[in-house]
Amino acid sequence: MNELIYFFNYVVVAGSVTGSIYAIGAVGVTLIYSILRFAHFAHADMMTLGTLIVLLLTMAFPHAGDALGLPTAIVMLPIAMAVTSLIAVGIDRAFYQPLRSHGVKPIVMVIASLGVTLMLQGLIRLFSGTGAQSLYVDARKEIFRIDLPGVTRPIILTEPQIILFIVTIVAVVGLHLFLTRARLGKAMRAMSDNPDLARASGINTRLIITLTWVIAGSLATIAGTLLSLDVAFKPDLSFFLLLPIFAAAIVGGVGHPYGAIAGGFLVGFAETLAVFNWSVLLRPIRDSLPTWLELPNNLALVGTEYKIVVPFFILVAVLIWRPTGIFKGKVI
Amino acid sequence: MPLLEAIDVHGGYGGMNILNGVDMTIESDEIGVIVGPNGAGKSTMLKAVFGLLTITQGEIRLRGEPITNLSPHKLVEMGMGFVPQEKNIFPSLSVEENLEMGAFLKPATASRLKEQIYEFFPPLLEKRRQPAGELSGGQRQMVAMGRALMNEPSVLLLDEPTAGLSPLYMNEIFDRVKTINAAGVGVLMVEQNAKQALRIAHKGFVLAAGQNRFTDTGEALLNDPQVAKSFLGG
Repeated sequence: MNELIYFFNYVVVAGSVTGSIYAIGAVGVTLIYSILRFAHFAHADMMTLGTLIVLLLTMAFPHAGDALGLPTAIVMLPIAMAVTSLIAVGIDRAFYQPLRSHGVKPIVMVIASLGVTLMLQGLIRLFSGTGAQSLYVDARKEIFRIDLPGVTRPIILTEPQIILFIVTIVAVVGLHLFLTRARLGKAMRAMSDNPDLARASGINTRLIITLTWVIAGSLATIAGTLLSLDVAFKPDLSFFLLLPIFAAAIVGGVGHPYGAIAGGFLVGFAETLAVFNWSVLLRPIRDSLPTWLELPNNLALVGTEYKIVVPFFILVAVLIWRPTGIFKGKVI
Repeated sequence: MPLLEAIDVHGGYGGMNILNGVDMTIESDEIGVIVGPNGAGKSTMLKAVFGLLTITQGEIRLRGEPITNLSPHKLVEMGMGFVPQEKNIFPSLSVEENLEMGAFLKPATASRLKEQIYEFFPPLLEKRRQPAGELSGGQRQMVAMGRALMNEPSVLLLDEPTAGLSPLYMNEIFDRVKTINAAGVGVLMVEQNAKQALRIAHKGFVLAAGQNRFTDTGEALLNDPQVAKSFLGG
């Protein structure tokens, strides 16, 4: 039983945490793609930027969350979402909108977004320095241990993980309701389906584009902040996020929000399973193994430091064997 | 004052003129049909009216007001409805959502109009929760026309509404066009099925090489031996 709990703590919980973050990031990428038809490479840095804003706000008002009994970073999250959305819309107006009105090819937009990502990376380091910083300024992470009868090892959940699960569910359900119930959400899907007809129906496509950036900016802030709460804020966060969220978006079928969510969890769990130490699970049957087969202390598919190859591998495999993704999306 | 008026319209794509002086007038109780050989600029003319290409010379007026080169968005606000020939639905949206998108500018009237559209196109009622992309060609055309009607247009532009449809559906669509027109909506449509279309037309415009070749009532054009010989296949 102890081994199962170990599995739960290190695979189910860790995979869900990583999966949720990738899913929320990938939804942003996929929404931008479905409305603006280009791969937004600056998305991971937008996540970092949103997190930086949360960090700065938390440092400015470290005890704002005490009254509510929540981490200050969570209280600051909505403000940071609004600020990041504004910046995202600003970036669009300053860099992408002029290119769009020239009718450039999608690849030009992609290169522009690479430029934006480099610019954001510089700006983020300017404000945060290069080191890692905890989003728990002046406070401690709470850790919950749930003891089950008959086992010595407890299930371990941390406060940020619980918050992450709740926020992810709220974000996904909220997005679903918005896309299927709200007039503007349906208009967003309509524009993704057929932009010319959307215009011919009187849908204000400029408004939809703005709305897309607001949603993408907000979701990016949520994903980045939840990840940083669980570990720590690092200015090079985007480096570890960019590949997995693009892999997730492509695995799920680009332009397919539900596919992106599924893809996020798939990539997240694949990563977690790949670095999981399987020898722990095999220990109970160690005695029945033949003597020549010695169980190594660490039996993982890849070392933690090479975790990033997993989404890369998934990405390459999907592009070769199923370029449209598990759900049929738009092929890039 | 005519509902829709085009005077000596020149225009095309990327500096190349396709329209070389087209004149057209329709009243709000009329159906105007544009016919002519391939490449005559029929669809181009319709797109020019809807602001989808640059008009280099001439003028278009809606109830006397100049609308030359206004954006489609503005024209929809002014009461113009356009049904393109292809890609005229939102395939992943349900039939109902397609209709709602047509009423994007008038959300308050959407639910009332939706009921009217379902009465008008009964096959759509039972398919209203289905993605429009899964429907048959004729039903898609109904969705496309329904979407345009949801904005309560005063003039409806239809680009080959019966292209690729079986004769049964073709007659059904022409029937609907007549009913729409009887309700006070001026209709301007491009048609390949020229004979059948001219039968319901109050006015027919035969275009060739981007210019009016013949302009008359639908009936007169049908009975004109010269039109019949050159454009209606004898």
